[in-house]
Parts: sequence; structure tokens; C-alpha cells
Amino acid sequence: MENGEGVVKRFCYINRKAPYGTIYALESLEVVLIAAAFDQDISLVFVDDGVYQLTKGQDTESIGMKNFSKTYTALGDYDIKKVYVEKESLEERGLTADDLQALKYEDEDDDWAEKDSLFLVGRSELTEIINEQDVILSF
Amino acid sequence: MKFGIVINEGPYTHQSSDSALQFVKAAIEKGHDIFRVFFYHDGVNNGTRLGVPPQDDRNLTKEWSELAEKHGLDLVVCVAAAQRRGILDEDEMGRHGKNAHNLAPGFRISGLGQLIEAGIQTDRLVTFGD
Amino acid sequence: MSVLHTVNKSPFERNALESCLRLAKAGSSILLFEDGVIAAMQNTKFSERIAQAMHDFSFYVMGPDVKARGLGEDKLINGIQVVDYNGFVDLATEHDAVQSWL
Repeated sequence: MENGEGVVKRFCYINRKAPYGTIYALESLEVVLIAAAFDQDISLVFVDDGVYQLTKGQDTESIGMKNFSKTYTALGDYDIKKVYVEKESLEERGLTADDLQALKYEDEDDDWAEKDSLFLVGRSELTEIINEQDVILSF
Repeated sequence: MKFGIVINEGPYTHQSSDSALQFVKAAIEKGHDIFRVFFYHDGVNNGTRLGVPPQDDRNLTKEWSELAEKHGLDLVVCVAAAQRRGILDEDEMGRHGKNAHNLAPGFRISGLGQLIEAGIQTDRLVTFGD
Repeated sequence: MSVLHTVNKSPFERNALESCLRLAKAGSSILLFEDGVIAAMQNTKFSERIAQAMHDFSFYVMGPDVKARGLGEDKLINGIQVVDYNGFVDLATEHDAVQSWL
């Protein structure tokens, strides 16, 4: 890819802010969509208020802003298969996995079987995931 | 060592551009290479040449421009974030039928791929933001 | 892998430090700068939490930010190392990655 020279690094995008109140969620998503073209090892992390980015049923009509929540469900088409949501962040906010959109990808190595790309992970597991990254971008 | 710098906030409201500037100066002083400074979110506002801060205050845009000239820094303003916020170079002015452009010397407008490339090419990517 | 975590917000204002302490791996370093330096001061409601966390993390604080805010380096929690921007650059080179808790 563009000047990548075959290097594959582990890129982690950490999202800690709710959507709409600030632009970070939207512009983070824009980075991720571009990043997908670079053949790097991408992980998305949603912690703290970032988990609100993934909720079902977002309706922005009355606030006059673009609803970009459907884009998350398209991430699988961009070959983004590792989306980590911190369990504790959900629990603290009275949310469960059912409140979030389902994120899937089609596994080309398994006859295009549809698989989950969203993983609920506990605090300590997430610590390990973050600690293994080469490049960490926070939004 | 090769550094990439990301600045996510505009000048003055947040300290991020100031902190990044001090970091970059120190890194250069120590002989490190600054591969690129990437301006994203409101950080693109660092690239307007139309700011007129009071005389007794620092002029961050000017400082970035001067540092870029002196050390050949690559100051990249994200095109998508810049378009939203009215930061245009001459090309962008023409493309969007505007009658003015405001990108400061030493800055260039380019895509988000430049941020990813910085992540790939550098040893460390350091982000300054809110 | 070792990560340098940076926190630039006061713990009185944001949860950045709290999230950093929660998710950083033991053995990591944490640099407090900009308004983040407020967390490095003695006698705040967070001081005890930081002192505890010093068992797991190495803490650094940006001297110029402490000075700018008139907080006094003599009032910093014992064991937090004061650095300047040169020190920040060194910390970035000494770790494998830098995570900014924005």
C-alpha cells in the first residue's frame, strides 16, 4: 500500500467519547475507514462513554446532525474484525450487549461465514490488548 | 528516532498545540527526526494564516511556520477536517468555488492517509489533544 | 512492550487519569502534563490514589506546567519525577508506544 512498504503494525483506535456532543466519534470513524485501506492490523476499542457510539436506535433527526451509527455495522466490509468493548464500561452505564448494534464480518477463510467482530472484554484483557499495540490513537 | 506528531485541537483554546510545539522543539534539539506533524479535528485551525493574536501573546501558527521553514517539517492539515472548518489552500479554494484561501506558509493540505502513513513510518506517534 | 501513558486533564474535571490507571498495565509509565499536573499535588482527594498507584506505575510530571500554574514543585507527591520537554521526549523514546488519554 501507499508507502507502507509491506510493514504491518498493530494500530489501536481508542474511543472514549459519546457521539454527537463532540465530533471525535465521527472523525475517529473517518480515520478508521481510511486506515482500513492500508492493510494494517487494526483494533478498535470502546471504553468509557465511547461505548455509547455503538448503541442501537440512534435517531438524530431532531438535532439536525447526520446519524453515522450505521457506519459501524459496515466496518466488517472494510475487513475490520476486532472491535473490543469494555464490559465494565457497559455495566457502569447500565448497558448490556443487547443495547449495542451487532457487528459482523464475513470470514473469507471460512466460506464467507458471518462472524461477530464485536467482543466484550474485561478490564484486564483490555489492558493486555492495549499493551500489545504499536500505534495507539485516541479519540 | 523518527517521531510523528498528531495535534487534535486548535490554538489558544487548548494547550495541545503549545505542548506539541515544545515537544517538537525538544525532539529536534536532541537530534530526533520529526517525520510529520498531522493536524486533525479542530487542530486544523492551527493552519490559518489569518489569526491575529495580541502582540504580547505567542503566535502559534507563525511559530509552526517558522519551525517548518527552519527544519523542513512536514505540517499536514487533514483535508476533510479542514474543509468542514474553512481552512483552504489555493487549490481547495478553486475546487470549491471560494474567493479566498487561508493556509499558512509551511502547511499543506492532504488526506487522512498521511496520518496512517505517519503511524507506519515512525518509531513513535505522539498525540496532543483535549 | 512498555507504554508511556500521558494524561493532560485534571482528575477533578475528567476521568482520563482514572481510565488510565484502570487500563494501563502494571509497569507502565504515566506522564502528567498540562492540567494533568493537578493530579501530582499533595493533599488533594486524589493524592492517596496516586500514592497507591505508584506501586504499579512510574509517575512523571511536567515541571513547566507545574510552574506555570504556581503549584510549587515542593508540594508534589513524593516519588513523582519532574521532567521537562526534553524528559518527555526521552520518555517517549524509552517506551515502545505512547498512549494519550484524551
